[in-house]
Amino acid sequence: MRRILSVLLENEPGALSRIVGLFSQRAFNIDSLNVAPTDDPTLSRITISTFGDDQVLEQITKQVNKLVDVLKVSDLTERQHIERELALIKVLALTSRTRTEVARLSDIFHGNIVDVGKQVYTLAIHGKADKISAFIDALRNETDIVEVVRSGTLGIARGEKALSV
Amino acid sequence: MSTQDHYCGAQLLTKSLAELNVEFIFGYPGGSVLDIYDAIFQQDKVSHILVRHEQAATHMADGYTRATGKTGVVLATSGPGNTNCVTGIANAYMDSIPMVVLAGQVPSNLIGGDAFQETDIVGCSRPIVKHSFNCRDVNEIPNVLAKAFYLAETGRPGPVVIELPKDILNPNVKVPFHMDKTPHIRSYSPTVKGHGKQIRKAVESLVNAERLVIYSGGGIVLSDCSDTLTELVERLNAPCTNTLMGLGGISGLHPNFIGMLGMHGSVEANKAMANADVILALGARFDDRVTNKVEKFCPNATIIHVDIDPTSISKTVNAHIPIVGYADTVMKQILAKLDAIGHQPNSDNFAHWWQQIEQWRALNSFSYQTDAEKIKPQQVVEAIYKHTQGDAYITSDVGQHQMFAAQYYPFKEPRKWINSGGLGTMGFGFPAAMGVKLAFPEADVVCITGDGSIQMNIQELSTCLQYNLPVVIVSLNNRSLGMVRQWQDMLYDGRHSSSYMESLPDFVKLAEAYGHVGLRVDHPDQLDDAIKQALSMKNRLVFVDVLVDETEHVYPMQMRFGAIDDMWLRKGEKV
Repeated sequence: MRRILSVLLENEPGALSRIVGLFSQRAFNIDSLNVAPTDDPTLSRITISTFGDDQVLEQITKQVNKLVDVLKVSDLTERQHIERELALIKVLALTSRTRTEVARLSDIFHGNIVDVGKQVYTLAIHGKADKISAFIDALRNETDIVEVVRSGTLGIARGEKALSV
Repeated sequence: MSTQDHYCGAQLLTKSLAELNVEFIFGYPGGSVLDIYDAIFQQDKVSHILVRHEQAATHMADGYTRATGKTGVVLATSGPGNTNCVTGIANAYMDSIPMVVLAGQVPSNLIGGDAFQETDIVGCSRPIVKHSFNCRDVNEIPNVLAKAFYLAETGRPGPVVIELPKDILNPNVKVPFHMDKTPHIRSYSPTVKGHGKQIRKAVESLVNAERLVIYSGGGIVLSDCSDTLTELVERLNAPCTNTLMGLGGISGLHPNFIGMLGMHGSVEANKAMANADVILALGARFDDRVTNKVEKFCPNATIIHVDIDPTSISKTVNAHIPIVGYADTVMKQILAKLDAIGHQPNSDNFAHWWQQIEQWRALNSFSYQTDAEKIKPQQVVEAIYKHTQGDAYITSDVGQHQMFAAQYYPFKEPRKWINSGGLGTMGFGFPAAMGVKLAFPEADVVCITGDGSIQMNIQELSTCLQYNLPVVIVSLNNRSLGMVRQWQDMLYDGRHSSSYMESLPDFVKLAEAYGHVGLRVDHPDQLDDAIKQALSMKNRLVFVDVLVDETEHVYPMQMRFGAIDDMWLRKGEKV
């Protein structure tokens, strides 16, 4: 089962490598990983999406929590939450028909054309992972995809509940 | 402020160690730590022990810690010095031994440039430390040390590595000393007290149990709560088994002690576990050398698991009543609850259960056949027990001799049995014995080893001469890697692939070459006198090379992939 873990940790050198290392040394899977400082520059927040049953997830959560740099760990999949992913997609846009189609698809999926070259368009889109995958598939039907870069999943709990110190 | 109150980084380091009551540093000098060595030279509060190989330094610190409870400190230079420490760090990590490793590093401006003797030791050691620090500023040194000791010693103990680039040790940069001895780390606060609701559930299970076993591990020894364990065992009149790491947690002579459990544990311990209806696990982690096949492990038992480390609970075996907390605190909570509900200590408790256990005990699973001409390794351990009256510190290496020591030497007290449990590190026993001897110069310290293990750190015979560390080394010399050979006998149709040690040195001459005393024993009639003589030479290191029967196997032994009590009692005979 797919899970999304949020981790609040000290924004210190080496903290990220400890988390990533822990996953590989204990044979846990990382599907995607996102990390950046929060509004508090001393804190980083990591969102990890992974696969595992309840027992595996319990071990992952406990092991991550045990790291000295880690302040809090929360399993977002347990509760109502919002998740987003960002993708930047470069496609061939050689003919006016392709350009129109790409622009139309971008409108439908609420994406943006963020760069226009002589032969390529670059699109930005954010949303849930399956929406982005659907957008990429739709584009592929119209033209050739040159390059795709997707962020990992970001997640946050709905409502009052917050992961903070 | 006068310049007297200012110190360079290297001096801050030695001053910090003194402030933290460190007696010894085990280490080896090199380019990146020469400033530290100069600072050590200029003070007399902390003694430095020069080893011959950094791995031995880590094991010495480890042995010192296991015997005293005080955190061992290691100092190594950048690159090969640090990588030589890795085995010892892993060993400490697996057995939860507090240790602080001061790892020299090339100057900050050279880090990452593949400089001479540069290794990313923080990266290398990341999976085997509790935490590590990249110390990057001279001013940070005292507080980083205080934090390192705090982390190493509290919660589930473990090794901490501090990387010290050479430039922050520079003798020309002087700053004031300031140390916060009670560091606060906001992301770190171990749970001390057990959850009240879980304690209630545990007590309910304990008083309603019909076939209870208390299974205790190294956690009891590390947290110095043997007295509380003994009180709890007596209060419930429960049978108690110890893991290899937990031996001495309750006296090996206590009537409620049913022996070590696990792969080479006693039949009564493993049978009791298999047939228990309630298991109280205290500071033990259900290691695979205990459980055998997890799917077949104690299917009918309610498992109460007390551990300081939440990750240990339900990691391999699902705990029905998980309790996170310090073993001592939780046991005292349980005792208080037993008082509160008016539970009376009663020697008739578990009368039927004890009858059953006595039947398993009667199988006498640690019996063995003697031989008029060949020395049995078990006899050697028994002779050591006889002549030390069980009062010595016993360190061991890893292999058959380790299991014989665990089986045939009843440990009366905690911290007297010092061996590499989790990692199984050959080469551990001898340097560990040296660490113990430094801490307790008057005590008998015996290293029980084998001809394979002793050669993994034999160079430390030189260190023993330098610092006058008269430990007794007893090698159960079977001209083979005994445990490997045993497995090859049992599982590989006797194909002894590389388990035979050809061209062994003459250990007697070797000991003499290093300035010590060597004794050879090759007949059962000589054994008693030789052990007695070795123990009587208080001021000389004695290496007793005992030629034992190489065909002897360690029994009992769990069968592969079986339940905890599926065991061979002896060759070809199932329990």
